[in-house]
Amino acid sequence: MELPLLHLALVGTPNSGKTSLFNALTGSRQKVANYPGVTVERKEGFFVTPMGRQVSVVDLPGTYSLRGRSPDEEITRDFVLGKATGETVPDLVLCVADSTNLRLTIRLLLELKRTGRPMILVLNMFDIATRRGVTVDVARLAKELGVPVVTSIAVRKGGTADLLALTDEISAKLAAEPQENSWRTLSVAELRATQREADRIIADCVSLPARPDTWTARIDAIVLHPVGGLVVLALILFVMFQAVFAWAQPAMDLLKSGFDMIGGLVQATLPDGLLQSFLQNGVIAGVGSVIVFLPQIILIFLFILLLEDFGYMARAAFLMDRIMGGAGLHGRAFIPLLSSFACAIPGIMATRVIDNKRDRLTTILIAPLMTCSARIPVYTLIISAFIPAKDIWGFINLQGLVMFGLYATGIASALAVSFLIKFFMLRDYAPAPFMLELPDYKMPRLKSIAIGVYTRAKMFLYRAGTTIFSMMVLIWFLASFPQPPAGSTEPAIDFSLAAIIGKAIEPLLAPVGFNWQIAVALIPGMAAREVAVAALGTVYAIEGGKEAAEQIGQVLATKWSLATALSMLAWYIFAPQCASTLAVIRRETGSWTWMAVTFGYMLVLAYAASFVTYNVAVALGAG
Amino acid sequence: MTDSNETRSQMPLGLAQRGYTGVIQHLAAGDAGSALSDIELESRLIELGFVEGARVEVLHEGLVGRDPIAVRVDNITIAVRRREAMAVIVA
Repeated sequence: MELPLLHLALVGTPNSGKTSLFNALTGSRQKVANYPGVTVERKEGFFVTPMGRQVSVVDLPGTYSLRGRSPDEEITRDFVLGKATGETVPDLVLCVADSTNLRLTIRLLLELKRTGRPMILVLNMFDIATRRGVTVDVARLAKELGVPVVTSIAVRKGGTADLLALTDEISAKLAAEPQENSWRTLSVAELRATQREADRIIADCVSLPARPDTWTARIDAIVLHPVGGLVVLALILFVMFQAVFAWAQPAMDLLKSGFDMIGGLVQATLPDGLLQSFLQNGVIAGVGSVIVFLPQIILIFLFILLLEDFGYMARAAFLMDRIMGGAGLHGRAFIPLLSSFACAIPGIMATRVIDNKRDRLTTILIAPLMTCSARIPVYTLIISAFIPAKDIWGFINLQGLVMFGLYATGIASALAVSFLIKFFMLRDYAPAPFMLELPDYKMPRLKSIAIGVYTRAKMFLYRAGTTIFSMMVLIWFLASFPQPPAGSTEPAIDFSLAAIIGKAIEPLLAPVGFNWQIAVALIPGMAAREVAVAALGTVYAIEGGKEAAEQIGQVLATKWSLATALSMLAWYIFAPQCASTLAVIRRETGSWTWMAVTFGYMLVLAYAASFVTYNVAVALGAG
Repeated sequence: MTDSNETRSQMPLGLAQRGYTGVIQHLAAGDAGSALSDIELESRLIELGFVEGARVEVLHEGLVGRDPIAVRVDNITIAVRRREAMAVIVA
């Protein structure tokens, strides 16, 4: 008889290596979704135990207690208690501990025990602990805690074997009689008593060397230096953006020639006509021009995940806390804002680590000003078409420098907007506390990072395959119909719906130097910013014939003035068009008003920035 | 660390300089002027390991106003603003 699916839940403090363990157990067999009704990320994975038992494991948000002071922590509490809507009560809870740092986890475990769920304490990163001279009397610890204890090394092949064997052993004899849940919110006195109890057990079972991790101390001496630390942070960000611009180029060129080849193949094999135009201009040129940016998106996520895994992100928050505090932001806002460089959506979702409502709202409002990866296609296209690729001072790439400037402008305006919000809207405001664990540095786990990058790349391609693809079909349709009357000499697109719409909006955009082709491209850009590039490609391809489709950049360089190009760059620093971001803001703030406010203020900023840029550029002779 | 406890005067951790080492005597959440309620602040401090008897060392300070501070609490490092650290009385 097939045994029913075994449900496991991973619980642990932040930085306990929970996610590494999750990745080690499940590999890429993961499903990422949201818990119903809230936007907390729900990560579920699957694996089979050595004895053949099918297992589902859920990676619950990290928490120090079951008090539930944020939506994430409430999920963890409700899930363990079996109160989460639409979730199965876990058969077995794996409480994951960083073996080098047991105090906080043992306290959490003592609290978890009161829920009555069957549980295993997993001493993760046991190799690091051993190397540092930490010895644990595992048998005694298990006896004192009344909970099975197992060691694991998530980063090593076979490092979870003991855990798997124990899971099999325990699940085979899981008691049929459910245990009583005696958990309730702990009072301060109880909290203190549990921590004392935890400290007593640790003193009995664990011998800790007095010396802290010397590497962490050495690195922190530089990285957390009041001045030196900020220089290091700036250097890291600078390298990151140079890398995204320069290192991704070969891979992008390769992808691009691949799509050009397929396009050429379609053109050669299919007869001239609508089907050929649809496949070549609509599908291949359109979707291709977005997929080309995959290498850059992989790189930016690679950097973010590496820094996170290494343990640097919390340091960055520490360095930026007061500086961001001057602009009315919480130090914890740094991580969501940094994630927003990849995409504002995970960034806005990550604001849940900020438990003060106002701090969170401010962060949500400015997150879309961080230059997300969807803007990279637009920036790259225009920069490579208009900014010469020369080196200044021999080693700084001018194109990279412009890119850095665009990012810097985004950051500066985000800080300015935040300052204004603090000043005008949230005046009666007391800063929320900043309390954060600075974990010891760890060598980033390549497999875990690979899985993370893979999951994100998959999401990007999925979007390219669905949203972006359907928008491209729509643009192609708008740009191709109605067809020009027979014998007309003007470009076909002049007769199309796209031209009609674009020309209707053009007067509004003329003061910022945009022509009707840009107006057409901005509309589908609402679905996703990067679509604007593909849309420009489609519009100019259909207008200019096949040659134009090959090199959007070169076409732009002949059709736009430098002033228009700069104005477009300025527009995209602020451009509010991203329906998904707006939808997430609506969901996270629970309010249409804040969504409308975001859209409105970004639109005003975009228009103003473009207007100034265009007119200054024209005055300087770039018109 | 235990030798000097008797002779040293008590002070809030929030006033400690970089390099300070001491032992937590008690928590006084009411004195901190934090945005959090006393109970909430005290609970969070305990959850991060700030309990009586824990050894603390101020490892790092931020650039602006020497704030926040990175504090070694037994064998973990916690970043905290001076305002909240005022609730931790050390000696």
